[in-house]
Amino acid sequence: MSAATATPAKKEEKVGLLATVANNARQYGIVGALLVIVVAFQILTGGVLLKPNSFVSLIQQNAYVIILAIGMVMVIIATHIDLSVGSLVAFIGGVCALLMERQGVNWMVAILVALIVGLIVGVWQGFWVAVVGIPGFITTLAGMLIFRGLATVIVGESVPITSLEFRGIARNYLPNVLGWWGPFDGLTIVLGILCIVAFAWSQLRKRARVAKVGLVPEPMSLTILKIVLATIVIIFVTYLLASSGNADQGGTPIMLVIVGVLVFINNFILTKTVFGRHVYAVGGNRKAAILSGINTRRVDFLLFVHMGFLSAVAAVCMLSRLASATAQAGMEFEMDAIAACFIGGTAVTGGIGTIPGAVVGAFVMGVINQGLSIMGVDTAVVKTIKGLVLLLAVAVDIMSKKKS
Amino acid sequence: MSDNDTILTMENITKTFGPVKALTNVNLEVGRGEIHAICGENGAGKSTLMNVLSGVYPYGSYSGRITFDGKECKYHTINDSEADGIVIIHQELALSPFLSIAENIFIGNERAKGGVIDWDETRAEAKKLLDRVGLPEDPDTKVMDIGVGKQQLVEIAKALSKDVKLLILDEPTAALNDEDSAHLLDLVRQLRDKQGVTSIIITHKLNEVAAIADTVTIIRDGSTVGVMYVTPETPLDQEELIRKMVGRPLHNLYPDHPSNKPGAEFLRVEDWTVHHPLDSERVIVDHANINVHAGEIVGLAGLMGAGRTEMAMSIFGHSYGSNISGKVFVKGKEVHLPNVQSAIDAGLAYATEDRKGNGLNLLQNIRENASLASLTKMSKYGVMDDNIERKEVEQYRKDFNIKCHDIDVNVSTLSGGNQQKVLLAKWVISQPDILILDEPTRGIDVGAKYEIYEIIDKLADAGKAVIVISSELPELIGICDRIYTVSYGVVTDNVEKNGFTQEYLMKGMTKEREVAA
Repeated sequence: MSAATATPAKKEEKVGLLATVANNARQYGIVGALLVIVVAFQILTGGVLLKPNSFVSLIQQNAYVIILAIGMVMVIIATHIDLSVGSLVAFIGGVCALLMERQGVNWMVAILVALIVGLIVGVWQGFWVAVVGIPGFITTLAGMLIFRGLATVIVGESVPITSLEFRGIARNYLPNVLGWWGPFDGLTIVLGILCIVAFAWSQLRKRARVAKVGLVPEPMSLTILKIVLATIVIIFVTYLLASSGNADQGGTPIMLVIVGVLVFINNFILTKTVFGRHVYAVGGNRKAAILSGINTRRVDFLLFVHMGFLSAVAAVCMLSRLASATAQAGMEFEMDAIAACFIGGTAVTGGIGTIPGAVVGAFVMGVINQGLSIMGVDTAVVKTIKGLVLLLAVAVDIMSKKKS
Repeated sequence: MSDNDTILTMENITKTFGPVKALTNVNLEVGRGEIHAICGENGAGKSTLMNVLSGVYPYGSYSGRITFDGKECKYHTINDSEADGIVIIHQELALSPFLSIAENIFIGNERAKGGVIDWDETRAEAKKLLDRVGLPEDPDTKVMDIGVGKQQLVEIAKALSKDVKLLILDEPTAALNDEDSAHLLDLVRQLRDKQGVTSIIITHKLNEVAAIADTVTIIRDGSTVGVMYVTPETPLDQEELIRKMVGRPLHNLYPDHPSNKPGAEFLRVEDWTVHHPLDSERVIVDHANINVHAGEIVGLAGLMGAGRTEMAMSIFGHSYGSNISGKVFVKGKEVHLPNVQSAIDAGLAYATEDRKGNGLNLLQNIRENASLASLTKMSKYGVMDDNIERKEVEQYRKDFNIKCHDIDVNVSTLSGGNQQKVLLAKWVISQPDILILDEPTRGIDVGAKYEIYEIIDKLADAGKAVIVISSELPELIGICDRIYTVSYGVVTDNVEKNGFTQEYLMKGMTKEREVAA
């Protein structure tokens, strides 16, 4: 690429920006689609969608999809699928509720037990997939029936939750430790600023590191563009959050922190760790992965354990939100999570997919849900529309791939 | 050619993909009833040209004019070109393994009355077609149960069922052994002589071109660079052909490389016996003994099915076979290698013969592929160190001259030769002492082959022990210091360099089991 270095730097940068955007059109396309949907519903709902409190409830209501989707995207990349997560939400939620309400267990201990149960269920499903060699589809189809059945057996009608602390997880905000800055929650504003600084720093550091190794970094204009766009989005979100809440409390919802931490950690695992590489390698070409010394069964096993854990997290969040365990909890959650992955650009045949993509996919579904429900559209119609959106998103994806 | 009847002319064909010009004013003239070879390096544009011809790239997506059988062609799909009698047989066979031969022949073209298949007619017609291609198989045999060579013949039978006038064969013998190749070429000749079928054959094997072609069109970098005619009086000048293909004189097909003085014994395999993975009674490798020293390049020569790949893969962490017995010594110490990771840790590397199927992850980029066998070395506490990874891979991109925009491009966009270099880089990066390279130059062009040979020589010079498995005898003779011949799973001979002749080696490769045992 000696020719490229010889051309004037400015010109190359321009070409580079366009080319880089064009190369990543698929990723940017999903984000663009989300923006269009947000703007459309903002207009259709007369500005209600992006009011502070409805934005917070958008996050709180869709947290479960995001939590499940970040596990699901890894499972799908590795060419499996997990149909049991919805049933697990009901089952583990039931276990957690019974511990608190019937056994009188402290709510924190109950959460810990719920997470352990999630891991155990993951080990169970991982065993059948990785050791016995039953396809994930069948193992988790069985799991879907087994755990829905068990949930019904243990929960019965329903188990209401009395612990206010537990119920607070899905409703409360981070404490207002920095006081109110005018109408705004101080802590939220500080967090927002930290996010901007962290994002800008990570982008610039990435550039510096790439350059240090003697490679050509992405064009500076793109880095700046990314930072500017991210800053605008973060400022807007910070504004919404900081002015949300009620007379007692407001600011950053606890659910957002949980989801944010999980997304960050899992994205790190998938993109920066050896295990993440193994997941993509197994999904892209299992035989090549085996011949490269990768223990593919271990990868399969860990993925299902991980999915079990995240199902437990989703179960706790859902239980807290609904304040009552029912056998019908988590119905069709697996479909929402899978749909989020595919809307977010995950390949049906495995090997391709990202966590940010799945998160954006989950938001697409969430915004449609929220927007239509604000407009008072019937839930049956909402379901139909979500189905069409899934079809459309994947169709556009496939057609754009065919063109290139 | 002008006085001859011309069946196909392609004039000034230009095809672009975005900013990339794949073909620039290519001209091709094929005479009726001839065998026309198209030669060129990988990426020269041969396949693109054939895709333009057959309608994979529809009329209008390219510029230029195609005339077939006297009329201008404006194909929009493959079906259009097939209707005119142009049939392509691709390198990767398009057969359905679980269906029978007869079903495959008439797939999409079923012998049916009102939607109901007439099985008697299907079988009878299939039998006739199988006779025409000289394949004595039951039409009800499942395609998965016959070898690749025979599958290739089924493809041709399928083409014949469509009243083919122009048969295009893309690398038809790439996966075949010498015997099957000879049979296939013979069939193409017969089709020409007895049935007047014109054939276009795309191949990298120059001996084949010399043996079969009447006319050769050479394409380089998307343009026609020459046409050569072959007659019994004026046989093909292969030197000239290579010069035209690569655009530079290749003094020799193999680099001049004096043998290194063999160092310490790096790998010794004793009494190695391997059974078929599904049939633990069937012996695939039979009490084999081989060894390799530091700095040595040792060849494994054998015909298809001799058990070379199986031997290599079973040594490499029991990746093949069942009921494996025998001993492996690495640098004089006995080792047990029950899985691939243990083999890598012991200093072994195995670059597969099937780079797309078993070697590379075509969904990922050069960097992610090249580092896959060395992730532990490039990470700390399970977290990847991107800098080390980029630096290392970038180094081999330069050293191996992998032609690409940068190391973040998908390997699927690379030519076969460059993909092969990525596969080699992957295993060199894992810092092995012993490299087993299985068909390292399969399906890649002359220029890239030469580069691969140079890489192999460098590895040996750096003190690695190298084992090369190849179906092309001249290649082994050209690059190896020592060659083992393998026949029916038995190592039949250990030939030193001064004994290298094709005839002698072939004897060892064809020894019957009884004689050998």
